[in-house]
Amino acid sequence: MAWRLRLAPEKTNINFFKAQWLTFGGSALLMVLSIVAWAVMGLNYGIDFKGGTTLRTESAVSIDTGAYRSALEGLGLGDVAISEVFDPAFGPDQHVASIRLSAEEGDQVTEAQLASVRAALVAMEPTLKVISVETVGPKVSGELVTSSLLAVAVTSLGILAYIWMRFEWQFAVGGVVALLHDVIITVGIFAVFQLKFDLTIVAALLTTLGYSINDTVVVFDRLRENLIKYKTMPLRDVMNLSVNETLGRTLATAMTTLLAVGSMLVFGGDVIRGFSFAIFAGIILGTYSSVYVAKNLVLFIGLDRSEKPKGGAKGDHEFANIDA
Amino acid sequence: MLHTPLWKRVLVWAAVVLGLYLAMPNLFYSRVETHNDAASEIEKSGGGATPEQEAALAAWPSLLPSSLVNLGLDLRGGAHLLAEVQLADVYKQRMDSLWPEARDALKAVRDQTGGIKRAQAPNGVLKIAISNPEGMQAALEALQPLASPVVSLTGAGSSNYEISGAGTEITIVLSEAEKAATDTRTMQQSLEIIRRRVDAAGTREPSIQRQGADRILIEVPGIGSAEELKAIIGTTAKLTFNTVVGTTQDAEANPGPGNIVVKDAEREGLYYILDEAPVVSGDNLVDSQPSFDQNGQPAVSFRFDTTGARKFGEYTGAHIGEPFAIMLDNTVISAPTIQSAITGGSGIITGSFTIEESTNLAVLLRAGALPAGMKFLEEKTVGPELGQDSIDAGRAAAVIGLIAVGVFMVASYGLFGVFANIALLINLGLIFGILSLIGGTLTLPGIAGLVLTIGTAVDANVLVYERIREELRQAKSAARAIEQGYERAMSAIVDANVTAMITALVLFYFGSGPVRGFAVTLAIGIVTSVFTALYVTRLLIEIWYNRAQPKTLVV
Repeated sequence: MAWRLRLAPEKTNINFFKAQWLTFGGSALLMVLSIVAWAVMGLNYGIDFKGGTTLRTESAVSIDTGAYRSALEGLGLGDVAISEVFDPAFGPDQHVASIRLSAEEGDQVTEAQLASVRAALVAMEPTLKVISVETVGPKVSGELVTSSLLAVAVTSLGILAYIWMRFEWQFAVGGVVALLHDVIITVGIFAVFQLKFDLTIVAALLTTLGYSINDTVVVFDRLRENLIKYKTMPLRDVMNLSVNETLGRTLATAMTTLLAVGSMLVFGGDVIRGFSFAIFAGIILGTYSSVYVAKNLVLFIGLDRSEKPKGGAKGDHEFANIDA
Repeated sequence: MLHTPLWKRVLVWAAVVLGLYLAMPNLFYSRVETHNDAASEIEKSGGGATPEQEAALAAWPSLLPSSLVNLGLDLRGGAHLLAEVQLADVYKQRMDSLWPEARDALKAVRDQTGGIKRAQAPNGVLKIAISNPEGMQAALEALQPLASPVVSLTGAGSSNYEISGAGTEITIVLSEAEKAATDTRTMQQSLEIIRRRVDAAGTREPSIQRQGADRILIEVPGIGSAEELKAIIGTTAKLTFNTVVGTTQDAEANPGPGNIVVKDAEREGLYYILDEAPVVSGDNLVDSQPSFDQNGQPAVSFRFDTTGARKFGEYTGAHIGEPFAIMLDNTVISAPTIQSAITGGSGIITGSFTIEESTNLAVLLRAGALPAGMKFLEEKTVGPELGQDSIDAGRAAAVIGLIAVGVFMVASYGLFGVFANIALLINLGLIFGILSLIGGTLTLPGIAGLVLTIGTAVDANVLVYERIREELRQAKSAARAIEQGYERAMSAIVDANVTAMITALVLFYFGSGPVRGFAVTLAIGIVTSVFTALYVTRLLIEIWYNRAQPKTLVV
């Protein structure tokens, strides 16, 4: 037998319901806390959602935020937020900062104001270069909020409908609640740490929706198979058996994805770090929730097993005819 | 013995070879790019090629595919603008130009209506006050001929103006059908004009698209900043020929009703008083070219269409010896005296132009004026340095992610892991091949999508291999275990990829720009990864199995 790396022993017999009040309750609590954090602390919205202008500057010497602040004083700007940006890939003479501006009144920072900002920055530090500028008007940002919420809703419904079609409705509900669990806690993390929340984060959340259902589907798939195989075994035991049987692949698929996204998180540059982080967090949460959240819900709702066809290898559902 | 029918094997390998063949030019990105640029330049100039162009053309054999993956603005650097076309501007212009016609029409029934004057009204509405309410019926009848049927497919049968009267006030509004027809026309014109102007500025592969009812998305790679792009698009180049009433030194002078004060382009402090209604406008131009006047100074020659030629001929014939003004964007660029009737419909604009200015002006005149103003809702500038940094970081992340996943797969599944890794590399090649084929754009989130695909593509293999292990534990023969492993893992793999595809489609539909690029690579990656993870690895395993004939199988 050749050596193989195994994330889980070949045969496990873990009772995943043993600490269910701790795990499931913990998940529920985290979801509530996330929503509270979201409501109380709010999200650190990027200009995509808030409107405004961001500049990215690069200079050969380090400039502290105070210097930026005094350089931009008296230009008739509203809120100014300055943050230094760090990345392992930056050279020693590469100092990057991100400046967020909003107009004092009216909607957009005018071209003249922007020109004076550029001039003031270069006057402060001659090596400074403005390497990107982005302006989003209030009209567009309002629409983006609506369409983002709509996108999350449509994706969830689409997945709900598909899982329903392939499995029983209880599975669909369990799967989608597990997904919402992943998304809500990820948003909670963004609220607690006040990480910048922009359009790419929404894209990352949607991606999480699509991928964290995968592990859940693998478990459900096995559950369906085992429900037919072990007709008299209590539901709870069939579930435990199914999760134990698929544990190895659940961990392995999560690991490959985490390796790739982790590489993006560390080496992919700061521009996309928030995006990578959201996917990374979403996949860890998704793996956890497919083991601890989705099936628990199915157990709570209960499955009607009496209508199962007797002795047939075929599934119980008109679309569920691909045997696995 | 494992066996896949020959036709299936041929099909799978043919798809792989074709995909990789199409992806190949991307390995020689800059060389193919200069080749493509040279080819399009030569085509534009109409055949003649400079030696440099010939050399660039020869750098990449014409027989090989030359489609590349486009790099998005966030990777290449450039500017992005989202403009909202102020459609209501056109309604106002329509009403302004309708007023003189309405006034003339009402002159015929002056004895019944009494005095007429234009009253205050919102945009797109013309209100006329008459002093004698008894004359309303006659006034409405006189105005009726101004309305004509709407020229459009959907609005057929309805009239362009709705004319009504109450008390002493006549109201003329654009009908809904006419507004819709006008909006369509305005958007088409704006798109066309922006396209011509951006093209004239000579940047590489600009993208100009209509978005929604009244928006235009303009993306121009390689341009310095959004302000620069706005300057190219924003110059309206509205050309008119007006009657000169007089001159003045005072910018604030009262020009009298129907007249305007306009400054001279060169002489500081010189202002013209012009009749506001132009004799002919740039809309009647059919052509304009840079040329030279009789003194050898750069000038712009132009030609009118028949309507313009007739109006211009009549006017110049009646006003010999008088000056008239050529006005561009609210400045008088020259005010020559009419020497004789100009009936041929062509003329020349002189002023103190440089050759470059006269060329630009000719281009702007030819493109025409933007029919309506634009408001910029979104602006983005990405410097080329930042784009390059992003490409480097994305490449590093992809390579390191690939190595990490590859090592993990070999450590977990041995030789079968190697097969999965070969399939993974083919998969990446296929994604590039398809992106090049459909002219897709790679953005920074798109690179992230690619890296994510590296992680998820092997998931299908993990599911299959784990299933094979299970089948082996049940003491099935190796060949049978492999077959069943692929067959039985299929359901979970299909489900997983369908849900991921739902996400990609939603992202494509709701997203824009970089996010859309992410959705595209994700969607392509889903299709190619199912293909490589299921078909390609299976063929690889088959080849190995049939050749090695292993007694026992260790996955």
